[in-house]
Amino acid sequence: MNQNDFMQLVSPFKDKIFRVAKRLLVSTEEAEDATQEVLVKLWNKNDGLSVYNSVEALAMTMTKNYCLDQLKSKRASNLKIVHNNFTDRTPSLQQQVEDSDSLTWVEKVINQLPEQQRLIIQMRDIEQYEYEEIAKILEMNETAIRVALSRARKTIREFMTKTHRYGIG
Amino acid sequence: MELDKTEQLLEKYFDGETSIQEENELRAYFSSSDVAQHLEHYKPMFGYFSTAKEQHFEQQIPLTARKRKVAWISVAASVVVLLGAGTFAYFNYSQPQQNRDLGTYDNPEVAFRETQKALEMLSDNVNVGVESVQYINEYEVTRDKIFIVD
Repeated sequence: MNQNDFMQLVSPFKDKIFRVAKRLLVSTEEAEDATQEVLVKLWNKNDGLSVYNSVEALAMTMTKNYCLDQLKSKRASNLKIVHNNFTDRTPSLQQQVEDSDSLTWVEKVINQLPEQQRLIIQMRDIEQYEYEEIAKILEMNETAIRVALSRARKTIREFMTKTHRYGIG
Repeated sequence: MELDKTEQLLEKYFDGETSIQEENELRAYFSSSDVAQHLEHYKPMFGYFSTAKEQHFEQQIPLTARKRKVAWISVAASVVVLLGAGTFAYFNYSQPQQNRDLGTYDNPEVAFRETQKALEMLSDNVNVGVESVQYINEYEVTRDKIFIVD
């Protein structure tokens, strides 16, 4: 397989990899690094890829594992430089304006969900995978996925209802 | 889509039982302008799902296998280092081996005489050392005079 073939194979889902990585890692730069890493790993497998019946599912599984590893290694390191240690904690005016935007609220709620639920919401509601595919990617059974998804959706609903009714009673 | 059907679909949606097609119906409904007022607060949720799909990955993918090149360089470097160490060791170990061959005697009497000569030389040198330490005795005598030891 040469580079062009590979690019053609990868182009339909490289954005999906990026979005899933961003959902888990939150930072755009880290998500970009993760995407590159996963794609380079895929490229190094090269001829071995024909063994898999869905390269996309493989890529998604790799992305999930890579991001979870990243998160784990970051948590394990006991020295943390948190930049909000020394900056003004109050959000900037621009941030406040953005926060009032309800779409940003949804993003915030989703990012507060546990990693598993975040992944499932991303794959079902944003990338619109079938349950069967999600089950394969996340190596879980479909029922567990439905339960987690329902829980995640209800959490979002609860939060949106609360903010919507805020001040009304 | 009728209102009661939408509400049913929403119920199914939150239980995680809708199909992709039904979810798309809901999405279309909430992106339209006539959303019933009591369902208004679901709008941003579905709106977000559609906008979140717009993000794209725009970085270049570094497909040239850099790691392999690095591996070759390290192999070449280690060969050079090994060669260098090898030649250095070769030249350094071969010289002392030539000097270590000091010759030998065939006749035991000659050997005995030579050994005696060598030992004499050694004892001479030791005596020189002992003589130069003799003055310490002089020091002892002086000390006895001062501190009157009986």
